[in-house]
Amino acid sequence: MLSRTANSLFWLFRYTERADFIARILDATVRLAALPTSYGERNEWESALEAAGSAEIFREHYGAVTEDTVRDFLAFSPHNPSSIRSCLERARTNARAVRTALTLEMWETINGAWLELKKYRNADMSREDFARFLEWVKSVSLDFDGSAYRTMLRNDAYYFTRLGVSIERADNTARILDVKYHVLLPPTERVGGSLDYFQWTTILREVQAHTAYHWVYRESVKPWLVADLLILNKQMPRSLACCYESLVRHLDLVADLYGRRGPAQRHASDCAARLSAMRIEEVFGRGLHQWVTEFIIDNNKLGSAIADQYLT
Amino acid sequence: MAAFDEMDGGQGPDACRAAYGKLKRWLATTPRDVFDARRSQAELFFRRIGITFAVYGDAETTERLIPFDIIPRVITRDEWGRVEAGLTQRVKALNLFLADLYGPQTALAAGIVPPELILRNEHYRLEMQGVAVPHGIYCHIAGIDLVRVDEDTFYVLEDNARTPSGVSYMLENREVMMRLFPELFAQHRVAPVENYPDALLATLRSVAPNTGKKDPTVALLTPGQYNSAYYEHSFLADQLGVELVEASDLVVREDRVYMRTTEGPKRVDVLYRRIDDDFLDPLAFRPDSVLGVPGLFGAYQAGNITLANAVGTGIADDKAVYTYMPEIIRFFLGEEPILKNVPTWRCRDEEALKYVLDHLSELVVKEVNGSGGYGMLVGPHATKEQLETFRRKLKHDPSGFIAQPTLALSTCPTFVASGVAPRHVDLRPFVLSGADGVRVVPGGLTRVALKEGSLVVNSSQGGGTKDTWVLDG
Repeated sequence: MLSRTANSLFWLFRYTERADFIARILDATVRLAALPTSYGERNEWESALEAAGSAEIFREHYGAVTEDTVRDFLAFSPHNPSSIRSCLERARTNARAVRTALTLEMWETINGAWLELKKYRNADMSREDFARFLEWVKSVSLDFDGSAYRTMLRNDAYYFTRLGVSIERADNTARILDVKYHVLLPPTERVGGSLDYFQWTTILREVQAHTAYHWVYRESVKPWLVADLLILNKQMPRSLACCYESLVRHLDLVADLYGRRGPAQRHASDCAARLSAMRIEEVFGRGLHQWVTEFIIDNNKLGSAIADQYLT
Repeated sequence: MAAFDEMDGGQGPDACRAAYGKLKRWLATTPRDVFDARRSQAELFFRRIGITFAVYGDAETTERLIPFDIIPRVITRDEWGRVEAGLTQRVKALNLFLADLYGPQTALAAGIVPPELILRNEHYRLEMQGVAVPHGIYCHIAGIDLVRVDEDTFYVLEDNARTPSGVSYMLENREVMMRLFPELFAQHRVAPVENYPDALLATLRSVAPNTGKKDPTVALLTPGQYNSAYYEHSFLADQLGVELVEASDLVVREDRVYMRTTEGPKRVDVLYRRIDDDFLDPLAFRPDSVLGVPGLFGAYQAGNITLANAVGTGIADDKAVYTYMPEIIRFFLGEEPILKNVPTWRCRDEEALKYVLDHLSELVVKEVNGSGGYGMLVGPHATKEQLETFRRKLKHDPSGFIAQPTLALSTCPTFVASGVAPRHVDLRPFVLSGADGVRVVPGGLTRVALKEGSLVVNSSQGGGTKDTWVLDG
């Protein structure tokens, strides 16, 4: 297939996955911010910016960090390349560029979303409207990924879509773990206290892992077990280990099809092997924030390796 | 001027030509709200599949839908038989004429067409002189615009021999009609158009360079997604099962053309290009073209790739050359033209110019190099200032214009705000020429002028489209 086509498919899926992620961050932030202020001064909206990795661009275009400005910036701003609006628009641009590589169902989903998106404006949105908007964004990503899963031929085009989803999701899971780091506990709160508990629970809910957590650990929510679930547990579809299992599998399928392996395959299997051999104590020993930061950098390197090998 | 109505035959609202019998009953008996519901379903369908076009110079809406009318236009098999024979004849002559122009130029020597009209024409490509194109075919895909004026007469309005567009509408219009009105298709024997992509692919494969390769690789070259016809490009690539490439996807090495793929470079044998000659190759033509592929023309001259259509076919759809088509058909085929030209005054002739200037308010004046309904004067509908502007233009550059009588384009029943009313239509059938012969799919794109009395059917000027039915029996 054309390199440009593979590139567009890869990014099309990264952008729809990212739109879903930003919607989840916003959802989580609304929930965290709803805690009574008797728990002390906190900064959930600041942490949402940090987790989305776009605090710098925010400061170029907005003043105070408030619910309204962050909501506008993360959901609707054309200045923010990762706002939900930008993601869906870029996804649609990529989809249009590779219209022929998509099934009709996929095209209708993304094109329909792009048309629908025009109806939403931050200015006239109540909290309730905004919550409905976020639900809609999540359903778009779900429909789109579902239509791809159900209708695409299982050939190299499909493999590149899976690579896009997995690499983006790994990045996003790492960032959502980091949200907790950025939500500073007020000095009066102790680690393991009720606010701490609420924050970790919210993170689990946002990645639809709350029930899974109880099935797997059969314990009350503990930070290291949440991290274990989201980093090392291969049964958990959002976990880094699971994302890397998928990356290795689909890179191998591409290599088998083309009869050639390269740096991308080696990089992915090295990382997957490290995740397999690791114990969660090592992550906390290093410091969760430090570990996550290094992971995100390494994950980006894999993205570049895939681009060099196939997408240009 | 009374126009020929294709439903009532010009015999008044109660009359009905046989071919329209069932359709007329259907129009009379179906409740209005059913039609309204079907129309909005059709619009939803087109919007969802993204069949849009861009209007140049319109920044507000970069993508727009062409209005679709749900009442089909009907042509009988007998009528179509004559049209098809005429189209085949005309396109054969066009191809022979082009091969002659870029070869021995016998038609010029014999005085069939004035040499200065060709050799000084901006669409004549000196670079193509003496280039042997694969299988001697230049115009692989032609869109011949026809207008009907009475029971028996279809005129050729213009020949589109460069990169004619609109065939995706022919196909999608049929698709949406079959979804919305299965009962109508059960009552009529409508000749299918769905095999057009297969016919196009067979045509393109038949003209691959003679390299002995069994399975030539075809690709469709588009200027990209901001081109007004991008939807059509992607739609056709999909239907053909070929790669849709942009210039940046192609690379030329040692006069061979390759696509950049995830598995490395892959050789291309036939390029169905939807980019104008000027932009094809910055090394050979416009140096500022970013849409083109450096070295493509060199590969073409070396005979390593087929371009469809060939470079330089614009000379054949030039509106001044058009006026010589009857002579061209007689010269190359020794036959009388089956389809007539619209009577045309060539303003380059002094007498014709005088007549045109004296009768400006009755005539349609066209720029020889214009397209898409731009730069056109419709005398009977023009204001005084517009007439004066054209009078000055004509005197300044007579050879840049032709003039034709204001034709009474036939009308077809069409849905408009006030109900069903006659509106003027034209027809663009698509003619394919391969090494293995000429193929014409029965039907084509019917364009309809939605404004009452308007004769301008171009989509850029408020025209719509209809499904076109060639009926068997």
